[in-house]
Amino acid sequence: MDINELKSHALNIRRNIVQMVYDAQSGHPGGSLGAADILTYLYFEEMNVNRDNVASTNRDRFVLSKGHCSPALYAVLHEAGLLDEDLKTFRQINSKLQGHPNMNYVDGVDMSTGSLGQGISCGVGMAIANKLDNSDNRVYVLCGDGESEEGIVWEALMAACHYKLDNMCIIFDQNGLQIDGDVQEVIGPLPLKEKAAAFGAAVVECNGNDFEELDKAFKAARENKGVPTVIIAHTVKGKGVSYMENNYAWHGAAPKEEDYKIAMEDLKEVR
Amino acid sequence: MAQETRNAYGEKLAELIQKDKNIVVLDADLTKSTKTIEAKKVCPERHFNAGIAECNMMGMAAGLAASGKTVFASSFAIFASGRAFEIIRNSICYPHLNVKVCATHAGLSVGEDGASHQSVEDVAIMRAVPNMQVYVPCDQYEAKAVIEHVAKVEGPCYVRLGRGKVEDVYNEETKFDFSKVDVLRKGNGDVVLFAMGLMVQEALKAAEELDATVVNVSSLKPLDEKGIEELLRTHKRAYACEEHSVIGGLFSAIADVKAKTDITTRITPIGINDTFGESGKSKDVLQKYGLTAEHILEVVNG
Repeated sequence: MDINELKSHALNIRRNIVQMVYDAQSGHPGGSLGAADILTYLYFEEMNVNRDNVASTNRDRFVLSKGHCSPALYAVLHEAGLLDEDLKTFRQINSKLQGHPNMNYVDGVDMSTGSLGQGISCGVGMAIANKLDNSDNRVYVLCGDGESEEGIVWEALMAACHYKLDNMCIIFDQNGLQIDGDVQEVIGPLPLKEKAAAFGAAVVECNGNDFEELDKAFKAARENKGVPTVIIAHTVKGKGVSYMENNYAWHGAAPKEEDYKIAMEDLKEVR
Repeated sequence: MAQETRNAYGEKLAELIQKDKNIVVLDADLTKSTKTIEAKKVCPERHFNAGIAECNMMGMAAGLAASGKTVFASSFAIFASGRAFEIIRNSICYPHLNVKVCATHAGLSVGEDGASHQSVEDVAIMRAVPNMQVYVPCDQYEAKAVIEHVAKVEGPCYVRLGRGKVEDVYNEETKFDFSKVDVLRKGNGDVVLFAMGLMVQEALKAAEELDATVVNVSSLKPLDEKGIEELLRTHKRAYACEEHSVIGGLFSAIADVKAKTDITTRITPIGINDTFGESGKSKDVLQKYGLTAEHILEVVNG
C-alpha cells in the first residue's frame, strides 16, 4: 500500500465530486466527500475489480447503499479507469450518470440504489450467491449512519449473520449527520457498534478518513470466519472542503461560484 | 378435480428447482402456506428463509438476481405487494432483475383471516410498476404453466395465487399461450364476460344460462389489447369479473383498452367495490361480496 498514491487518488476524486455537483448545480457533496477515502481504498487496494472484469459479476462487488453519494462512486470509477461516461453529464438528461446509480447504465455500478436501506439486503443476496457458486469473491456495502434508521438495515444484518456471510462487509459511514441535522438529535440511531454486535456481526471501528486505519479494518474483516463484518468508519462529512466539513447544510446542496473556487483551492494539493 | 393454485405452484417449483441449478427460492416464514416447502424438500440448499422480513427478502432476491440467479420469492399477496412494495419497485423492477414474486393467499377467498390478510389491490399495485409483468392463473394447470413461463421470461414477474381449491378449467393437455386472452366459451354475441382468477369458474357457470362468451384474462401485463378490442367490438355488453378491487385490476385494464378506441360497448365491473373484506368461510365471504355466478347473473340480467 502506497499511502501517498492513495491520497493523490482521493484528492482527484474529491476534486471531481465538487466539479460534478458544481456543474450539475445538484447532488450530494457532503457525504460523497466524507466517503471518498473509503471508496479509494476499496477500488485501489481491496477489491479485485479492473478494466477486464468490470462488466462481469465474477469479481468483488460494491453496493453503494447510500446511493445519493453517487458522485463519489462515479469519481472513483473514473479515477480507476473503469468509467467511459463523461463526468460532466452527471444528473443531465440522457446521461448514464443518474442522480442515484443505475446498474444497467454503468458496468461498474453493481446495484441500482437510492432508496435507503435496500442495498444491504441486496448485498446479502449477492453474498449468498457467491456461497452457492463456491466463489471467493467478496461483497462490500456502504451504508450511512442516518440510513441505519431504516428497519430493513437490521433485517438484512440479521440475515447476514444467520447465513454466516463472512464474505460480506458492511461499512457504516458514520459522519454523525443527516439531512435534518445531527443523527442523535433527529432520532438517535447510535451506537451502531453495540447494535451490530448484538446481531452477531464482527465489528471493527476505524477512522474512515485514514488509510492506515482502513487498511487494518479491511484486513481484519478478511480474517473473520462464519460471521459478516461490520466496519464502523468514522468520517467527516464534507471532508477536504473547509466550509463543508461537519456541516449538514452541505448534505444535498450545490456550491455556487464563490464556494466552488474556495473548494478547489482547499483541494489544490494533498494535505 | 379441484386444486389450490398455490399447491400447483409448490409442485411445479419443486420440479423446476431440480432441473435448473440457477433457481433460488426465498420465503418469509410461510413456506408451508405458500408451498415453497415443496422446493425446500427436494433442494434445501437453494431455499432460503428470510424470516418475517418481507422487505429484506425482496432485497435479497434482487441481490441474488444481480448475481445471475433466477429467484422465486414468496409470501402472502398482501405482504409481497404491500409491505415489500417499494423494494420490489426500486431494487427489482427498476434494475429489471430476474425475480418472480409468487404471491399466495390473494383476494377475499383467504376467508377467516379477514381484511388484514385479504389483498384486494395487489394487481393494481403491481400493474402500475414499469418492467413488472402480472399473471393471474385460474386453475392448477394454468398455474403450473404460468410458473414455467415466468421461469423462462427475463425480468420481474408477479404471479397471483389463491389459498382455496378451485375447479379445473383446463387439463394436462392444454397448450397455453400467454400472449393472448383465452376465449373459453363462445356465446351468441350479446354478452362477453372477461374474468381472472377464481372468477373464471364463476363466469363459466353463469355463461350457460346467458349464452355468454367467457374470456380468461390471465396475463394482465403484458395485456392482449388487440384480442380484448376484438371481443369488445363483437359483443353488445361486456363485464369484468374479478376477485379484486374494481380500481386498477381487470376492469380498469379492459376499460383502458376501450378508452383508447372508438368502441362504445358498455363495460360493467363485477368485483370488490372499493372496500375491505372480512372474516368468514371463504364461500360465505365470496358470496357476501358478490363474487359468484349467481351475482354475475343478477348483474347481467339487471
